[in-house]
Amino acid sequence: MMWKWLHPYANPEVSYHFAGKILPWCARFAFAFLTIGITWALLFAPADYQQGDTFRIFYLHVPAAMLSMGIYLGMAIAALSSLVWQLKLADASAAAMAPIGATFTFIALLTGAAWGKPMWGTWWIWDARLTSELILLFLYLGVMALHNAFEDKTLAGKAAGILALVGVINLPIIKYSVEWWNTLHQGATVSKLGQPSMTADMFWPFLVCFIGFAFLVTTLICLRFRTEILNRNSMRPWVRELVTTEEQTHAV
Amino acid sequence: MTQLSYRAAFALIVKRDLMIAFRHRDDIINPLLFFVIVVTLFPLGVGPESTILSRIAPGIIWVAALLATLLSLDRLFKSDHRDGSLEQMLLSPHPVFILVLAKIFAHWLLTGLPLILIAPLLAVLLHLNESSYGALMLTLLLGTPVLSLLGAIGVALTVGIKKGGVLLSLLVLPLYIPVLIFATSAIDTAAMNLPYSGQLAIIAAIFFASLTLAPFAVSAALKVSTN
Amino acid sequence: MSKQNTENKVYTPNANSLLSANNLTCIREERVLFEALNISVCAGDILQIEGPNGAGKTSLLRILAGLSQPYDGCVYFQDRNIAQYREVFHQDLLYLGHLPGVKDEMTAQENLEFNLALHGLASNTAETTLAEVNLLGFEDALASHLSAGQHRRIALARLWQSNAKIWILDEPFTAIDKLGVKKLEQLFLQHADNGGCVILTTHQDLSLPAERVNKVTLAYRFY
Repeated sequence: MMWKWLHPYANPEVSYHFAGKILPWCARFAFAFLTIGITWALLFAPADYQQGDTFRIFYLHVPAAMLSMGIYLGMAIAALSSLVWQLKLADASAAAMAPIGATFTFIALLTGAAWGKPMWGTWWIWDARLTSELILLFLYLGVMALHNAFEDKTLAGKAAGILALVGVINLPIIKYSVEWWNTLHQGATVSKLGQPSMTADMFWPFLVCFIGFAFLVTTLICLRFRTEILNRNSMRPWVRELVTTEEQTHAV
Repeated sequence: MTQLSYRAAFALIVKRDLMIAFRHRDDIINPLLFFVIVVTLFPLGVGPESTILSRIAPGIIWVAALLATLLSLDRLFKSDHRDGSLEQMLLSPHPVFILVLAKIFAHWLLTGLPLILIAPLLAVLLHLNESSYGALMLTLLLGTPVLSLLGAIGVALTVGIKKGGVLLSLLVLPLYIPVLIFATSAIDTAAMNLPYSGQLAIIAAIFFASLTLAPFAVSAALKVSTN
Repeated sequence: MSKQNTENKVYTPNANSLLSANNLTCIREERVLFEALNISVCAGDILQIEGPNGAGKTSLLRILAGLSQPYDGCVYFQDRNIAQYREVFHQDLLYLGHLPGVKDEMTAQENLEFNLALHGLASNTAETTLAEVNLLGFEDALASHLSAGQHRRIALARLWQSNAKIWILDEPFTAIDKLGVKKLEQLFLQHADNGGCVILTTHQDLSLPAERVNKVTLAYRFY
C-alpha cells in the first residue's frame, strides 16, 4: 500500500533530514545547469531573425511561466494528499510552495512586460498568456493571504489546501475563458506573444535553462519546507535537541 | 427517532434563513442599493453618451453584480458562526452537503434573485441594446447562482478569521472571472443579433459543475473553520 | 514524539462503551494540549473533565463531538469511528458548547422549535419545554431582548426533549441559578440511569453523589 511506503516521510523529523540531504545536491545542479544554460542562451544561441536579441528574454520568461503553473499544480497535489491520505506534512510542503510559485509568476509577468515594450511599444497588453499569469498571481496571493490569516498553522495549511484545490479546478476554466476572450477581442492585440517556432539551436539552451530553473525551484522548496517543519514543531523535543546541538557547534 | 428527510431538512434551513433575513431587512436591501449606486456612478464617470454606455453596459452590470454579491456573502455563515448555530447545524444528523446547499439557495433567493429583478431597470439607465435584454436576464439567471456557490467557498474558509472581509474578495473574485467573461460576451453577442447559446451553455456547465462540487469544498472548509 | 507504533496494531474499542477515544493527541498553535489520551464512557456514566483554563477541556469535548479533528488518534461511537459514521453518531449526540446557538432575530419558541426540528425531534412540545427552563411567558420575545442566561436556557431546553444517548456539555451551568443547576443535575442522573451518558466540564462543584461521577483531569502543559 502506498500509505506504508509513504509513512516514514510522514514523520516530520525524517522528512526534515531527508529534505536537508537532497537540498545541497539540488542547489549544485541548479547552479551548474543555470550557469551553462544562461551563458549558452545569452552568448551563443542565435538571435531571432525578427526580434533580434530581445528574444533572449524568452529563455527566462517561458521557464518561469511554465514553472509558475507547475508549482500551482504541485501545491494542489500536495493539498489533495493532505486531505485524502491525511499526510500531515503535505500541508507544510504546499505552504512552502506558494510564495515560490508567486515569485515565479511575478517574474513571468515582469519579463513578459519587458519583452512587450520593444515588441509592441507598451509595457502591458491584454494578451491571453499575460492575463492568465496575472490571474494566477491573484490565486497565489489568495492562498498565501489565507495561510497567513490563521494563527494555527495546521488549520492554515488545511484551509490554504482547500483553496489551492478549488483554484486548480478553476485554473483550466479561467485559462480557457481568457484565451477565448482574447480571440474574441483580437482586434486590440497587435500580434500574439506566441513563442516562435523553435529550432534545435534554440531548443537545447532552452531545455538546459528550464532544468536549471526546475532545480532552483526544488532547492527553494526544500529550504522553505524545512523551515515550515521547524515552525510547526518548534516545541517538539527533536527540534529542541537540534537547536542545542546547533548552538554548541557555533559556540565551538 | 423521527429522522427528517433530506427535503425536509433542506426546507427547514431555507425557511429559517428567509425568516431571519426578513426580520433583518437591511441585509437584503443594502447590497441591492450598492448595486444600483455603483451602476449609476459609471455614467457620471465616463460621460452620458449613449453609444459608450450601451457598449460598456454588460460589463458594468455584471461587475456591479459581482461586487454586490461579494458584499452580501458575509451573511451566509458569519452570524451563524458567531452565535454557535453553525456548530449545531454541523452536529445535526443530516449530510453537511444538504445543509450547505440549503443555505446557499437561501442566499441566492435573497441576493441573486433581487439582482435579476432590478437589472432590467439599470439596463435602461445604461441604454443597453434592446436585443440584449433576454441575454442579460438569462446570464444573470444562470450566473448568479454560481456567484453564490463559489462565494460560499470563500466565506466558509474565512468565517473563523476576525478580519476576513478584504481577504474574502481576494479569494473569491478570481474565481468569478470565467462567469464574467462568458456572461458579458453573451450579452455583447446578443446586441449584434447573433446566437449566444454557446456562451449560455458554458455558463450552464459552470453552474452545474459548481452545484455539484462547491458544496463539498464548503463542507470541508467549514470543518476547518469550526475546528 | 514517540515513534509511531499504533499503525500496525488495530485498535478495537470496548464493545460496552458508548463513546471511546483512543490515543488522542491535540496540538493547538504549536502547543501540545494533551497526548495519547484514552477515554471510555459507558451507558450510565457521568464524566467530568477537569483542568485549569487553557488545558484543552473545550478542545477535548469538541474532538469527542466530532467538531474538531485530533492531531492523532480516533474517537469511536460504540465500535464505529465517528469520522466515518458521522451521521449515525450525530443522531445519538447532543453537544452544547460555549455558544448557545440562539438567533437574535427569532423568538425563544422559534429558536427551540428550529433546534428540535433540526435534530429530528417533534417541535410541537416547544412551549411546555420552555416551561422546564423557566422561560414561560418569554415564548414570543425576540432573543435579542433576552439575556445571556436566557439564551443558554433556550439551548439547554433541548435536553428535556432529547433522545440522544450521548450528551456532551461544555460549561452547562454558566449563567444558571442554583435552582436551575439542581434541576439540571437531576436531569443528568435521570439520563444516565436511562442508559445514556453525560460528558461535561464545569467550574462549579457538582453536588451529585461522588460515586456517580468519573473524572478526567487535564494538566496545563507548556509545550
